[in-house]
Amino acid sequence: MYEILRKEDLTDITKLFEVNAPLVARNAEPGQFVIVRIDEKGERIPLTIADYDKEKGTVTIVVQEVGFTSAMLNSLREGQSIVDFAGPLGRPAPLPKEGSVVLLGGGFGVAPIYPVAKELRNRGVKVTSIIGARRENLVIMEKEMQSVSDKLYVCTDDGSTGFKGFVTQKLEELVAGGEKFDEAIAIGPMPMMRATAKTTKPMELKTWVSVDPIMVDGTGMCGACRVTVAGEVKFGCVDGPFFDAHDVDFEEAHRRNLMYRREEEHIMTVCRRGGDSA
Amino acid sequence: MSDKINPTRVPMSEQDAKERISDFREVALGYTVEEVRREAERCIQCKKPKCEDGCPVKVPIRDFVMAVAEGDDEKALELVKSTNSLPAVCGRVCPQEEQCEAKCVISKKGDGISIGRLERFVADWEMQRGPAKPNVVEKKNQKVAIVGSGPAGLTCAGDLARLGYDVTVFEALHAPGGVLIYGIPEFRLPNRVVHYEVENLRRNGVRIETNAVIGKSLTVDDLFEDGFDAIFVGTGAGLPRFMGIPGENLNGVYSANEFLTRVNLMRADCFPENHTPVNVGKRVAVVGAGNTAMDSARTALRAGAEEAHIIYRRSETEMTARVEEYHHAIEEGVIFNWLTNPVRLFGNDDGWLTAMECIRMELGEPDDSGRRRPVPIEGSEFKIDVENMILALGTSPNPLVPQTATDIDTRSWGGIVVDEETGATSREGVFAGGDIVTGAATVILAMGAGKTAASGIDEYLKSKRG
Ligand SMILES: Cc1cc2nc3c(=O)[nH]c(=O)nc-3n(C[C@H](O)[C@H](O)[C@H](O)COP(=O)(O)OP(=O)(O)OC[C@H]3O[C@@H](n4cnc5c(N)ncnc54)[C@H](O)[C@@H]3O)c2cc1C
Ligand code: FES
Repeated sequence: MYEILRKEDLTDITKLFEVNAPLVARNAEPGQFVIVRIDEKGERIPLTIADYDKEKGTVTIVVQEVGFTSAMLNSLREGQSIVDFAGPLGRPAPLPKEGSVVLLGGGFGVAPIYPVAKELRNRGVKVTSIIGARRENLVIMEKEMQSVSDKLYVCTDDGSTGFKGFVTQKLEELVAGGEKFDEAIAIGPMPMMRATAKTTKPMELKTWVSVDPIMVDGTGMCGACRVTVAGEVKFGCVDGPFFDAHDVDFEEAHRRNLMYRREEEHIMTVCRRGGDSA
Repeated sequence: MSDKINPTRVPMSEQDAKERISDFREVALGYTVEEVRREAERCIQCKKPKCEDGCPVKVPIRDFVMAVAEGDDEKALELVKSTNSLPAVCGRVCPQEEQCEAKCVISKKGDGISIGRLERFVADWEMQRGPAKPNVVEKKNQKVAIVGSGPAGLTCAGDLARLGYDVTVFEALHAPGGVLIYGIPEFRLPNRVVHYEVENLRRNGVRIETNAVIGKSLTVDDLFEDGFDAIFVGTGAGLPRFMGIPGENLNGVYSANEFLTRVNLMRADCFPENHTPVNVGKRVAVVGAGNTAMDSARTALRAGAEEAHIIYRRSETEMTARVEEYHHAIEEGVIFNWLTNPVRLFGNDDGWLTAMECIRMELGEPDDSGRRRPVPIEGSEFKIDVENMILALGTSPNPLVPQTATDIDTRSWGGIVVDEETGATSREGVFAGGDIVTGAATVILAMGAGKTAASGIDEYLKSKRG
């Protein structure tokens, strides 16, 4: 059992959990993920590690409510436990040792960008971060990102705070203004990563994305996490999660992620019905 | 024992095929006390029992069968367990018809003795009675880490615990058992059998750490640093192969590992009560004809498919599944398409599999495996409508441990190189066995390798004690 030591509400639908998991914290590196199973009936889902403390033996995850399991997870309280928490899985983010990197975090994708920014900062790499959300009250971890970025830009779709527009538009603006970056790393919802790939391709800017396919074991045993990269089939859990954004078949990845949409809707209605009658 | 040879086996009761495909209860019901005695009495007690040559772990078959015939189940159990630590598992899943039973002299004139069923009876008898008290052994002050909790790891752990070592098993998944728990379905090997064996280990002092992915959570170096004196790697051959044909990433296409894991380990057949979904359409095609393929097809029927097809590029003769499972699959209505190979897959606009194009094959000259090579017949392509395809094409060794401990030598195809007598790898203190060494093989071979390595580790640790 893995106890939730701290829970924080980042937004109405985004919660942060600091979990006691010494075996994960011990070798964790930025960009890796954990496989979580909430209880005995639960499914195994991947969640990117948002922070870790090797001394305390804790790992932080940030969960945005997108479906049944994430909603269940977000309803857990401090002091409660998660039955399974395995990791760190996947390859660490491929980070440069020097130069200038632009980080793009969309929505809850800001959480996993944070340890990447922190590590780059430690290495002396210049970090420009562009984080975005639909509106002001969905922007997360702004203060934390500020502390590990040389420059931070906040974007909202509706302009309720910061730049009005998408993170990719801000990036275009910066590049048009003469900013030079050696690499970009984008983490967020699939459409946002796809848009980033489209934006940076003509700039000839090397770009990494962290894909989030459906997973079961997370150790290379099942192939649920297949993604096509440069025409080759890769396993997201062991070959990834970071791939060259310009090589990823986003359309396929997006479609594969919808494989259980019907079941997801079904389980949500069953539970809502269950909740009404209770 | 009778002097006259009785050439006919006592049949074992089975659940009716029509009924059983609606649930996951065990198909083969096992012998009753009366049946088991009758079957054991058929044994003619050969002076030189050939059956024992056919057993990879050399169970004293003749003597245990004699004990069963005499009604001394306690003694039978002791004899079986002297070399086989997982008899309830082996009695159910070993390919006896190629091993012990193939060598039985009676099989020349009729049916060989049903050694597997007798073994299962003896093991189930133990489960009913409850486990024997753990032997009190003098603790040795040395720690062994077992990586992977399949039959190889469990056997190695059990043997070392009995010798008094301090043993910890590290398992990547949330449940111990390896293929026995995530792969082989409930209707062939109930999970309670595996749980029982795992509980037995715990009772003997073995610690089991689940959610511990060695190579990721901890490396081999970390384990040594944490004070383990020896390590056994039994991480299996979990890596699924795909065909590399167009359309393989369409929704509805599964590896057998994924499909079976969703159902057996995550119990997706009880969705939404259990929260893991699985997608099973009306018509399911399974590619391959080994045990994994049979398990997938039969599982698909139980999970709601109306039709399950086996698609195999060779013929019935080359099929590698256990004969009993093949028969069960036929009884349950699985449709066999021999000498057929998929060439590409078609999907609808939403990316869901709708059909597969196959080509007919014929058998040519023998290939490296000694089996006749299947060759496509040009122009024989045809299309079948299917909603799922499950690939059961075999698996390769799991690379996580060797990748992160480069001083462990591997073969070009990924198997770990070991000394056959001891299970020792190229790295001092690290031993290996099971599918990670041989590539996908059998439960009994994995168990045998776990045993060999346990004595190899014992020798090694003795020498370190001086
Ligand atoms: C569907 C199916 C049906 C089969 N049917 C039969 C049958 O009827 N008869 C028969 O004899 N054989 C059968 N087999 C083959 C048999 O199951 C295997 O040969 C046997 O289980 C191999 O045992 P093992 O201990 O080497 O590995 P496995 O059983 O594969 O166990 C390996 C374990 O190691 C764990 N692991 C992997 N990597 C790591 C890591 N890095 N850190 C920690 N843990 C790790 C895995 O999660 C797994 O639990 C079948 C196989 C399958 C897939
Ligand atoms: S999640 Fe199973 S192989 Fe990647």
